[in-house]
Amino acid sequence: MSEAIVGANGFQPLGRWIASLLKAAAILIAAALAGICIGETRIPPETVMQTLANRLFDASYALDPIDEGIVWNYRLTRAIVAACCGAGLAVSGLVLQSLLRNALADPYLLGISAGASTGAVLVSVAGLGAGAISLSAGAFAGALAAFGLVAALARLSGGNAGVQAAGQIVLAGIAGSQLFNALTSFIITRSANSEQARGIMFWLLGNLSGVRWGEVGTAVPVVCLMLVVCLAHVRALDAFTFGADSAAALGVPVRRVQAALILVAALATAVLVSIVGSIGFVGLVIPHAARFLVGVRHARLMPATALIGAVFLIAADVLSRTLIKGQVLPIGVITALVGAPAFAFILIRSRRLR
Amino acid sequence: MILSTHDLGWSPRRGEMIVRNLDIAVREGETLGLVGPNGSGKSTLLRLMAGILTPSRGDVRLGGRSLRAMARREAAQSIALVEQHADTEDRISVRDAVEIGRTPWLSALSPWSAADDAIIDDALRAVDLEPLAARDWTTLSGGERQRAHIARALAQRPRVLLLDEPANHLDIQHQLSILDLIAGLGLTTIIALHDLNQVMACDRIAVMHDGRLRALGPPKDVLTPFLLAEVFSVGVAILSDPEDGTPILRFKPL
Ligand SMILES: Nc1ncnc2c1ncn2[C@@H]1O[C@H](COP(=O)(O)OP(=O)(O)OP(=O)(O)O)[C@@H](O)[C@H]1O
Ligand SMILES: [Mg+2]
Repeated sequence: MSEAIVGANGFQPLGRWIASLLKAAAILIAAALAGICIGETRIPPETVMQTLANRLFDASYALDPIDEGIVWNYRLTRAIVAACCGAGLAVSGLVLQSLLRNALADPYLLGISAGASTGAVLVSVAGLGAGAISLSAGAFAGALAAFGLVAALARLSGGNAGVQAAGQIVLAGIAGSQLFNALTSFIITRSANSEQARGIMFWLLGNLSGVRWGEVGTAVPVVCLMLVVCLAHVRALDAFTFGADSAAALGVPVRRVQAALILVAALATAVLVSIVGSIGFVGLVIPHAARFLVGVRHARLMPATALIGAVFLIAADVLSRTLIKGQVLPIGVITALVGAPAFAFILIRSRRLR
Repeated sequence: MILSTHDLGWSPRRGEMIVRNLDIAVREGETLGLVGPNGSGKSTLLRLMAGILTPSRGDVRLGGRSLRAMARREAAQSIALVEQHADTEDRISVRDAVEIGRTPWLSALSPWSAADDAIIDDALRAVDLEPLAARDWTTLSGGERQRAHIARALAQRPRVLLLDEPANHLDIQHQLSILDLIAGLGLTTIIALHDLNQVMACDRIAVMHDGRLRALGPPKDVLTPFLLAEVFSVGVAILSDPEDGTPILRFKPL
C-alpha cells in the first residue's frame, strides 16, 4: 500500500511506472497459469511451461499429446479470451461511469447486450441467413444495430454536450435495451422449442467453451486497441470529475472525447459479447472495486480496473469449469454469484477504513 | 482589451434568445462585477466567455482572437471558470481535485512535474485549504468546497478568472478573504455577485437585466436609486461609511 500513497497524483515517475507494469504482468501471468493448470484434468505447471516452450520456441520436450492439446488449444485460449473480456468489459464500464457521471452505468447500458441477444436469436432460432451466418456474426450485427439506435435516440433527444446529454444516453439505452429484449422474447416464444430456448439462455449468460485461437485473434487486438485509446484519455476522464461543463472549462473537447470513448467501448463490448455472450457484473462492479483499492484518478484506476477485471474473469472461468463436477456453469452465473459477495465485503471494509 | 464580447447572443437550440446584444470589453487587470436579478443571464454570459457555450450570435474574443478559432485547450490555458454549481460524488481528495486544474497544461510531452506540485501547493495555500488537502471531497462543507473550486481555478494559472457567485456558502470572514484574495491576484477577473455592497469594491460593474446589458461603468455611477428600482425593484438609501466614505447601500421594499 505504500506506493499507493507516494504516487498520490496518479502520474508516477517512469521507473515506478515500469515497476508497476511488471508487477501487473506478473499477476496476470500467474493468474493465467493457474487458470490453465486447474480443471477437470489437472495439469502440472511444468507441463504447461513445456508446452508453451514447444509451441513458441520450438523446444522439443516429450509430452503427452493430449495434455499438450488441452493446454494449447483449450485452456490457454480460454484464459486469454477470459482475460481480454474481463479487462475490456471492466474498462468499458469504467469509461461509461466516468463520462456519464453515473455509478450504475455498465457496458450493456448502451443496448449492446440486448441487441446481441436479438441478433443471436434471429440467427439460431429464426434461422436468418440459413446457416451462412454464425451466431457470433449475428450477435455482433445485433449489438451494433442496437447501439446505433441508442446513439441516434440520445442524439435526437438531447444532443447538447453536458449533464443533459449524459442523462439522455442512459434513458435512450434503457429504451433501446427494453425494445431489443422484447424482440428476443418475441422471437423465442414464437418459434423456439424449449431445447433451443435453453441453449440461448446458456449462451446469453456467457460461455467460453467454444473459444479457440480464432477468437483469440479477434479479442486480443480489439481489447488492446481499446485499452490504448482509453489510456490516452486518462487526464480527460479526470477532468470529468466535476461534470462535462467543468471538463470543457478545463480545455477538454468534450463532445469529441465522449464520442470517441463511447464508440470504442461500444465496439469492444459488441465484439466481446458476440464471442462469449453477455457476461454480467464485471463492467458494473469491477471499476468500483478498483476505486476502493487505488482511488479515483484514472491514471491509476484504469490499469487497475483492467488488471482486476482480467484476473477476476480468469478465476471465474476456472470456477465455472470446476464448481460442479462434469458440468460447465455459465460464467455469468459465477461472476455474479462470487462477485456479489466479494464486492459486498469490499464495500463493508471500505466503510471501516473511512 | 483582454476579453471582449461583440454583439454576443445565445439561445438554446429551439428557444428564445436568453442573452443578446452584449458588447462588453474587459480591460487587462480590472475586476468587473456582474450583477443582475436571478435569471438575468449572468451565468450564461460567464459560460459563453469561458467558451463552454458556443455563441448563437456574435462572438467572444480573447486578446482580439475569437474563441471559435481557438482550440479548447488553448482557451483553457488563459481562462478559468468557477461554476455556480459543480459537485462530485467521487471520493476524490481535495488535493487531487485541485490537481485536475492542471489539465490544460499537461500532455504526453509535458507530464506532471515538480513545478506542477508547487503550483498546487500555492493554490491550496491561497484559499487556506492546506490542512484539508488529504480530506475526501464528500466530507467538505459547502464553503470548503467553494474554496477548493477556486483553488482548482487558480491551479489553471489563467490570465482571466471568471467566478460565478464565488461567495455563496461562505461565512462572512471567508467571503471577505476570498474577495480580498481575488483582488490581490492582479488577474483580470469577472465576478458575478449578489451582494451589491461587495460589488462596490470592483473597478467597474455590468448590470444584466432580462438577458441584456443594462449599464456598465464604475459602481458609484451605475448603482443609482433609479436603476436599482428598475432592475431589482427595490428602493435604496445610499449611506456612507463614517471611516472611509465608502457608499453603503441600504435596501427597502419599493
Ligand atoms: N439551456 C437552457 N435552456 C433554456 N433556458 C435556459 C438555459 N440555460 C439558462 N436558461 C434560462 O436563461 C435564463 C438565464 O439563466 P442564467 O443561469 O444565466 O441566470 P443567472 O443570471 O445566472 O441567474 P442566478 O442569479 O439565479 O444564478 C434563466 O431564465 C434560465 O432559466
Ligand atoms: Mg447564475
